[in-house]
Amino acid sequence: MTALSAFFQYPFLARAMVVGILVSLCAALLGVSLVLKRYSMIGDGLSHVGFGALAFALATGWAPMAVAIPVVIIAAFLLLRLSESGKIRGDAAIGLISSSALAGGVIIISLDSGMNADVNGYLFGSILAMSNSDVILSVLLSIIVLTLFLLFYRQLFAITFDEAFARATGIQAEAFHMLIALLTALTIVIGMRVMGAMLISSLVIFPPLTAMRVCRSFKGVVVVSAVVSVVCLIGGLIASFSFDTPAGASVVLVNLAVFLLFAFAGRWLSPNME
Amino acid sequence: MPLIQCENLTMSYENRNAVENVSFSIEPGDYLCIVGENGSGKSTLLKGLLGLMRPKNGKILFGDGLTQTSIGYLPQQTVVQRDFPASVQEVVISGCLHQKGFGPFYKPSQRTAANAAMEKLNITSLRKKSYRALSGGQQQRVLLARALCATDKLLLLDEPVTGLDPVVTSDLYALLKQLNQEGVAIVMVSHDINCSIHNARKILHMNTGVLFFGSVEAYRKSALCEKFLGRDAH
Ligand SMILES: Nc1ncnc2c1ncn2[C@@H]1O[C@H](COP(=O)(O)OP(=O)(O)OP(=O)(O)O)[C@@H](O)[C@H]1O
Ligand SMILES: [Mg+2]
Repeated sequence: MTALSAFFQYPFLARAMVVGILVSLCAALLGVSLVLKRYSMIGDGLSHVGFGALAFALATGWAPMAVAIPVVIIAAFLLLRLSESGKIRGDAAIGLISSSALAGGVIIISLDSGMNADVNGYLFGSILAMSNSDVILSVLLSIIVLTLFLLFYRQLFAITFDEAFARATGIQAEAFHMLIALLTALTIVIGMRVMGAMLISSLVIFPPLTAMRVCRSFKGVVVVSAVVSVVCLIGGLIASFSFDTPAGASVVLVNLAVFLLFAFAGRWLSPNME
Repeated sequence: MPLIQCENLTMSYENRNAVENVSFSIEPGDYLCIVGENGSGKSTLLKGLLGLMRPKNGKILFGDGLTQTSIGYLPQQTVVQRDFPASVQEVVISGCLHQKGFGPFYKPSQRTAANAAMEKLNITSLRKKSYRALSGGQQQRVLLARALCATDKLLLLDEPVTGLDPVVTSDLYALLKQLNQEGVAIVMVSHDINCSIHNARKILHMNTGVLFFGSVEAYRKSALCEKFLGRDAH
């Protein structure tokens, strides 16, 4: 109860909640496709690139989002290209780009002594960092993601399940990959402040994996994943506020707990499931 | 008027031709098997017919009301699919997507088509089950039902019996024969030369180029068939 009333007392908390809920919803929806296509590490790579870009923006005094959003979008297309061309293996390519960006960000921050205090927040998430423009961005993003998701749900299923067949029926798979990469990049940049650069990709990975423990159908996975993601985020933020723990880390631990619960339930149910 | 007419089709990966100067045609109601050694360009040819890969040279003409996107395709299974959370119904009805449309729901006519395809392949009782929980043979039937949703004219199958046991394999061949008798043209890539000449009416034997294209009767008499069959026996 005290935690709930706090949300009405502290606007920063309400802002973090709104941004967090919307971002976690988008991440879960995009995550279903990314995880099933074995592209989930792209989220991880992008978040590290985002961290590097944010550090650079802060050091130069430029607007963080104005720097981070285009940089991460470009990185997303690059990673997609690299994974698809097969010249460097996808996971290795992501490793190269993400560790370089992370290293760059850390160096920039260590050079600028004034920023050290904030590093924890950037790496592991903070509920204090949200501004009104973050709220507006996240609302816009979630409207776009939800609309596109509903419009192209069937095509998305087809591409995720069997790309060759989907393309044979005339679906433009490349365009959808681009779109997913673009939306993932936006989701990650916007969610990074609440969840932290190190942990934002867990929003993409955990909910779909959790949902897959118990669901038999794609629709089931999508719906459960979205619900799980939002519930875990709310739980995590409340815990973060109550125990004064980093926001992103708290959300991840709640996700882990729910994942274990579902894995257990899935084991238990599986004999009756088929 | 042929469903598909291929004229001097050449397809290549980075300047190496995988399919070279291939000409043949598929008539309505045909049953054609494509045979050849590993790497002889069979799968690449299918990719060309389906528009998954752009030909380097030559022409593919579609006729008799067939369009490139209304071919029913049964690809080789990928690893991803094996543990994919999807119900049988979801997989089958996704074959209807060559008809354009937005939104999360399928039209009633598409649902009817999916139900009819499941009925035909005897998998109606499995419709709520998870695709990943099915046996290999059942999964293949589901994918065939999906392909039927995409077409009523032409099925392209790439090694459909790989990994199936003999009983399920002969079931599948019987099913294809039945579909063929109902008027669906069938084009199948196969390594099983014995079954091919048993079931098909035409053979396309390729090795980058066309070594033989014609009726099974003519193929049986050819030296090529002797050689292929003979070596296959070891
Ligand atoms: N994605 C690719 N990139 C480059 N070369 C390829 C690619 N796919 C196939 N090839 C080459 O093209 C040639 C024809 O391959 P294709 O897969 O069409 O043969 P196939 O007849 O289907 O063989 P199999 O019986 O083994 O399935 C082969 O030499 C192969 O190495
Ligand atoms: Mg092949």
